[in-house]
Amino acid sequence: MTQAQLEKTANNPPHIEEPEERHWRDFFGFSTDHKVIGIQYLVTSFIFYCIGGVMADLVRTELRTPEVDFVSPEIYNSLFTLHATIMIFLWIVPAGAGFANYLIPLMIGARDMAFPRLNAVAFWMIPPAGILLIASLALGDAPDAGWTSYPPLSLVTGQVGQGIWIMSVLLLGTSSILGAINFLVTILKMRVPSMGVHQMPLFCWSMLATSALVLISTPVLAGALILLGFDLLAGTTFFNPTGGGDPVVYQHMFWFYSHPAVYIMILPFFGAISEILPVHARKPIFGYKAIAYSSLAISFLGLIVWAHHMFTSGVPGWLRMFFMITTMIIAVPTGIKIFGWLATIWGGKISLNSPMIFAMGFLGTFVIGGISGVMLAAVPFDIHVHDTYFVVAHLHYVLFGGSVLGIFAAIYHWFPKMTGRMMNEFWGKVHAVLTIVGLNMTFLPMHKLGLMGMNRRIAQYDPKFTSLNEICTYGSYILAISTLPFIINAVWSWWYGPKAGNNPWRGLTLEWMTTSPPEIENFEKLPVLATGPYDYGVREKEVDIQAVLNIEPGEPYPTIESGV
Amino acid sequence: MKIPSSIWTLLIGVVLTLLSLWYGQNHGLLPTAATDEAVLVDGLFNAMMIVSTGIFLLVEGILIYSAIKYRRRAGDNEDGPAIEGNVPLEILWTAIPAIIVLGISVYSFEVYNDIGGFDPHSVHEAPIVQESMTMPGAAIAATLSDTPPSTSPNLNQEKSDEAMQDPATAAVRNADQIPQKRNAPGVGSVAPTIGGSPERAGLPPELRVNVTGLQYAWLFTYPDTGITTGELHVPVGREVQINMTANDVIHAFWVPEFRLKQDAIPGRQSEIRFTPRLAGTYDLICAELCGPYHGAMNTKVVVEETQEAYDAWMEEQLVASSETLNQAVAVNPTDLSPDEFLTHYTKEMGIQPEIINQVHTAHHHQ
Ligand code: HEM
Ligand SMILES: [Cu+2]
Ligand SMILES: [Cu+2]
Repeated sequence: MTQAQLEKTANNPPHIEEPEERHWRDFFGFSTDHKVIGIQYLVTSFIFYCIGGVMADLVRTELRTPEVDFVSPEIYNSLFTLHATIMIFLWIVPAGAGFANYLIPLMIGARDMAFPRLNAVAFWMIPPAGILLIASLALGDAPDAGWTSYPPLSLVTGQVGQGIWIMSVLLLGTSSILGAINFLVTILKMRVPSMGVHQMPLFCWSMLATSALVLISTPVLAGALILLGFDLLAGTTFFNPTGGGDPVVYQHMFWFYSHPAVYIMILPFFGAISEILPVHARKPIFGYKAIAYSSLAISFLGLIVWAHHMFTSGVPGWLRMFFMITTMIIAVPTGIKIFGWLATIWGGKISLNSPMIFAMGFLGTFVIGGISGVMLAAVPFDIHVHDTYFVVAHLHYVLFGGSVLGIFAAIYHWFPKMTGRMMNEFWGKVHAVLTIVGLNMTFLPMHKLGLMGMNRRIAQYDPKFTSLNEICTYGSYILAISTLPFIINAVWSWWYGPKAGNNPWRGLTLEWMTTSPPEIENFEKLPVLATGPYDYGVREKEVDIQAVLNIEPGEPYPTIESGV
Repeated sequence: MKIPSSIWTLLIGVVLTLLSLWYGQNHGLLPTAATDEAVLVDGLFNAMMIVSTGIFLLVEGILIYSAIKYRRRAGDNEDGPAIEGNVPLEILWTAIPAIIVLGISVYSFEVYNDIGGFDPHSVHEAPIVQESMTMPGAAIAATLSDTPPSTSPNLNQEKSDEAMQDPATAAVRNADQIPQKRNAPGVGSVAPTIGGSPERAGLPPELRVNVTGLQYAWLFTYPDTGITTGELHVPVGREVQINMTANDVIHAFWVPEFRLKQDAIPGRQSEIRFTPRLAGTYDLICAELCGPYHGAMNTKVVVEETQEAYDAWMEEQLVASSETLNQAVAVNPTDLSPDEFLTHYTKEMGIQPEIINQVHTAHHHQ
């Protein structure tokens, strides 16, 4: 291409010719429509959730009795390794990206993401990575060194399985980096001109914070994994003490990514909750700016707390104290969010429908994970419970309570927008109640198990822990059953659910100002903001959707070339 | 009569506080505290439980109350009051968590210091003086001779050399040729692990035991007597220092009743010190995933009731070792292959030989 041609393409609005109508097969191909990609992400990641969930239940079935009597210890280790890897890298992270893909352009009034093709590429790295990972089970040599893959253990277990694990996580990491670039540019450059950063929905703020984290931390993980790969396959000794390497260096690199990863997993759903609560409580979000900036604060602080995972592995005393304090400080912005949400529902007119029950369940369970998180930050206490079931309980309260419940709240909330149809309320409530009961039954007893002395990642345990483990196991079966009403409800409603109309929840953010499902390029004309995103109860600002959509015909959409 | 709401708030606050105070002390979630350190850690945990219970009840209470009280009535399509913020309130709930975590941090810091978390070789004073303070005699001599911190001696190397002198550790370690490394990237200091408590700073521990972790067993060597065992015995009331390393992969030394944990890392030396306060038999658990049989890597720690009981036990071990294979090991461990060597120990520790064989095949296929 000539320079002139290049300039021309570069200045074209990110606009790719799309067909007039959607067909089901578009969802199985290389589509560049952010809405198709969003749904591709969500459906794919949900399938992996089911697979990871089955593995979790196998793990729990083994743990129903103290002896090793269900699977061999080797397979047991592979199961929890794959469970964790799948849940993190193939479920929660991609589900967040799925919502971001679907919602961001709609929320900011753009026609698509900044880089539609890159977007599709990012998605299409996920299925092969997932299939690769699961195929390792069929090869009979699945990774079994835990999702942390600490050397030297990961160097002496199976080479094939561990190699596959590295490859697969590298692919997934690359995918999330590509996604993050796209989100950042889209949010910063493509908003309708009337939307300043302080008119942006909070979900966009949380995706800004998330994407920044992804861009900073994921390359470090990639570095760690590449070096680990060399150690594993080429016999170098970066982390291998037999050749003078240092396994603790791997831990630093790994956690430099993997602690921020928990915020990468949870921040998007902090954002989603901030969207859902005001709509269903019919009140403005309480403390918009505080909630927006606390996301940025969390993402900044999230980068300087990683060694709290290494309090027992030999970091100097003063460093332990440093990381203790930074970790504790994260409780402050998190507390701001929690109290802001509580104040949002306080005095509102709460519709207790499925998205709202999930959102309130999110608040109620996440807070438990948050509290145990502060406890874990206290070094002397962490030394006792590190690598025990107390940690397993904590991480599931955060990731299940904080992320999975957030995902479900978001699905129930935006399903009408995505499909044009409502989900069934009754089965939604059944799903919510079963999930919240199962979640607490599975993970609450684990706190006590850990405190009393049950270490994690073991297939056999002291018989004195049997009864608590039985409760956990039956709880996990309830969790497994809880997804059935959801799956049936989602599939059935997609085809036969009652028509939703454009704005069933009477929301005020821009995504509700277009058709459901949105037309191919989202908005017919450049939309204009008529209200702030959360102006519920502000009489004068009664919204007129037509006004939003039909002002000033012909105004051009912002492109990545136009100013911020 | 209508009770004004501020009185309600006050009442609820009082009840909440009392409940939290009660639960924080009566949760029954922890096992026995068998070391002096454990008592301190439990104090911290209880304090955190009090605060946590309060926050938990507050948040869940508000959620449930709102769900009931502010539920939308059928047919009411109005919006709620448009309250978007309240600066004093926002400042208040930023300040409260900030104060709470500050409090917990200070308390944790205190406890950490009291259990000996700060080895006094850290940044504040000249590293050499400090290092020599907690070092055993031989090492002090070595340190005093060279001054500049940049070339400060590799204390771990010395410790490791020391440990290598007991034959059992040496035999195990030599099997895989893992070199020892300086422990931490700190300021010319050793392992930032749990050291002596401040009152005892500068004093050597009363008893020293070297520990080697290997898939899937713990080996203890008592440098003062040259005894090697698969079970840890220590007398009550005396400060013990455990020097540890690992032979193959990372393991972690954890006794739940002691509230202490430390990773044993191949290529590194680390240490913890503690003072047992309650006699009894406790489980020593490996807390770091170290392979398929990780869950089986347990042994016993026996805290002997008196010094005499401990001495008697030690005597027994000495007699036993002079009669059996142990002696051969002590005299010339290199005559034994690592497998032979291990089989002997692991039988005593109740580990089936098959496991060991699996370990070794696992190693070799690498
Ligand atoms: C479906 C319900 C779930 C159940 C019953 C479940 C159960 C378990 C159990 C029993 C373990 C401990 C394995 C062990 O330490 O031996 C575990 C580990 C783990 N789970 Fe889950 N889990 C569930 C959902 C999730 C979700 C949604 C996530 C999201 C990220 C997740 C992430 C993890 C992680 C990171 C580990 C640590 C694995 C390791 O130690 O390497 N789990 N899970
Ligand atoms: Cu972390
Ligand atoms: Cu171990």
